[in-house]
Amino acid sequence: MASEQDKIISEVTGNEYKFGFHSNVETETLPRGLNEETVRAISKKKNEPEWLTEFRVKAYRHWLTMKMPKWAHLKIPEIDYNDIIYYAAPKRKASYESLDEVDPELLDTFNKLGIPLEEQKQLTGVAVDAVMDSISVKTTFSETLADLGIIFCSFSDAVKNYPDLIKKYMGSVVPYTDNYFAALNSAVFSDGSFCYIPKGVHCPMELSTYFRINAANTGQFERTLIVAEDDSYVSYLEGCTAPQRDENQLHAAIVEIVAMENTEVKYSTVQNWYPGDKNGKGGIYNFVTKRGICKGDNSKISWTQVETGSAITWKYPSCILKGDNSVGEFYSVAVTNNHQQADTGTKMTHIGKNTKSIVVSKGISAGRSDNSYRGLVKILKGAGNARNFSQCDSLLLGDRCGAHTFPYLEVDNDTAIVEHEATTSKIGEDQIFYCNQRGIDTENAIGLIVNGYAKEVLNKLPMEFAVEAQKLLQITLEGSVG
Amino acid sequence: MLTIKNLKVSVEGKEILKGIDLEVKAGEVHAIMGPNGSGKSTLAAALAGNENFEITEGEVEYMGQDLLELSPEDRAREGMFLGFQYPVEIPGVSMVNFLRTAINEKRKYRNEEPLSAGDFLKLMREKKNLVDVDSDLTSRSVNEGFSGGEKKKNEIFQMALLEPRLSILDETDSGLDIDALRIVANGVNKMKKPGNATIVITHYQRLLEYIVPDYVHVLYKGRIVKSGNSQLAVELEEKGYDWIKEKSGSEA
Repeated sequence: MASEQDKIISEVTGNEYKFGFHSNVETETLPRGLNEETVRAISKKKNEPEWLTEFRVKAYRHWLTMKMPKWAHLKIPEIDYNDIIYYAAPKRKASYESLDEVDPELLDTFNKLGIPLEEQKQLTGVAVDAVMDSISVKTTFSETLADLGIIFCSFSDAVKNYPDLIKKYMGSVVPYTDNYFAALNSAVFSDGSFCYIPKGVHCPMELSTYFRINAANTGQFERTLIVAEDDSYVSYLEGCTAPQRDENQLHAAIVEIVAMENTEVKYSTVQNWYPGDKNGKGGIYNFVTKRGICKGDNSKISWTQVETGSAITWKYPSCILKGDNSVGEFYSVAVTNNHQQADTGTKMTHIGKNTKSIVVSKGISAGRSDNSYRGLVKILKGAGNARNFSQCDSLLLGDRCGAHTFPYLEVDNDTAIVEHEATTSKIGEDQIFYCNQRGIDTENAIGLIVNGYAKEVLNKLPMEFAVEAQKLLQITLEGSVG
Repeated sequence: MLTIKNLKVSVEGKEILKGIDLEVKAGEVHAIMGPNGSGKSTLAAALAGNENFEITEGEVEYMGQDLLELSPEDRAREGMFLGFQYPVEIPGVSMVNFLRTAINEKRKYRNEEPLSAGDFLKLMREKKNLVDVDSDLTSRSVNEGFSGGEKKKNEIFQMALLEPRLSILDETDSGLDIDALRIVANGVNKMKKPGNATIVITHYQRLLEYIVPDYVHVLYKGRIVKSGNSQLAVELEEKGYDWIKEKSGSEA
């Protein structure tokens, strides 16, 4: 760990977004625009069963009746949904027999991102599902996992091979009627990951999805569905990057988690979509709906997110605590710099008895950015002895950025105990000077201070991700002071 | 090692130091004394490169270089250490991580390999024993929740670890009880080497019973009004600063 840190510091030299390259992979796309035809065409391209086509069409029709939400503390430019390409896939054969058949340019892309897909080269013990534009490129370690009965595959494969599971759980946590972007995703989603942990299985490795938007003018709409049967455990990671482009690109994803009795599901995200340039040009609109349900008693869902990218982030990973004694956790670090905007937080809905939730949110704002925490803690009538603890801290760098906290509380049971703490602080010149005087330059000083501030959350990440996240925090804030 | 010529320093447009001349050679301990508001801490901050202190005139040569051309971090890497009067808290940053970064930045500057985790911990243990600090001090965040005395001891511990050429201790004795004072003084004395120098800034003579300076300078209204040997400190303790004030007042 310690030598890792040195490596991070030495690696951090450039100011620019590191993943902004574009790969020349041959792509097959549908024409721009959104209508029922597009929705059906996507479904057809993917050879989907009729029930799924119908699901999409219903979602599309519902979407037409909805309006984009305006309640967030965000300035979102008008989005022309007819100017987006809804399906882009790297050209390929129907399926790969071996890695040799994968476009070398594509493999190269993932190698550049530090995600080797060749299993034999993988020492970290992380199974990866790589999603480029709309299509899952390759899932590693599937066979190893299959021996344990674990299903880890692309969403499309899951539709083909496990239609009953998909039919049963898809939309069960985030129905297409849920919100504007969920409806849009349900209509046009192209791929994503599916993960199923059978009863009594402790998943021995981290499962990971890596999302990459490559093609221009393309939206990315993937869905992830995780189902953990009784007495199981899984830790799931998600990472994302995109090329640097001048126009904004839309990413509207859905993640659903179903946790049965005595399960634990950890979901970690390091979000590093292209944030736009220094003047706020370009960047990804990241409008994502993530929700998990603790369906069974004694289950636990834990969201950990490190958000450094995207021009605009609108995202509230949430837990429905239905089972008695179930636990929901949300640990978040959200960094905004330059002209980035983030409105992020969580919803903890307590339904079962003795349910507990913990919210730790660390916002860091720099440049001219705006960073908001928005969280709802809802305790229903039947949720006796529910407990919530929320802590929302904001750290400001400079005086042109904003930090806001919007906590909402709805408590319908008077045995509930709900606590909320909030702090706002600034990185002081005196702190930086103190570091300088010990031989640490300002960039590294900010890295130290910010990572110290976010430590509580970073510690929740799996090791490999924690290192990447630390690095990202520092890169994101480079040049933001002085 | 350090030559200061006619140094003038302003803070927010107000001139605090009005022409300081001082020469510190290797192996020497200098004490700078003076009443409150005379500019003692300003001198320390200006030498360390705090940019809130504007240098309006003068020259400072340090180890053959123009000190004023160096960034604060490079001054530190060149072996200048400031023991802060009010060390700041940096929540969440562990002492271990902080000091390891500091040491390795310095090593990088000298084109040396970074210290391995094992070697670093060994060094830390060694220095902790040398300056007699509690081991739990280093397992906490930088100065966070430290008492006044702990913060000062922590400064001395950092000094021991970073092995500076020139240490400037800014009122390190203020607010210390007699035991802590002894620990601080012992630390300074143990680290005294022929190649090093120390500038001790203090209001009271008390510390100088433990750290015997080669020279004592009295700073008053931004000027060094009197210099002498350690006997001067004793004299000051007896007569108080009024004696100096009257004297320099009549000269002005």
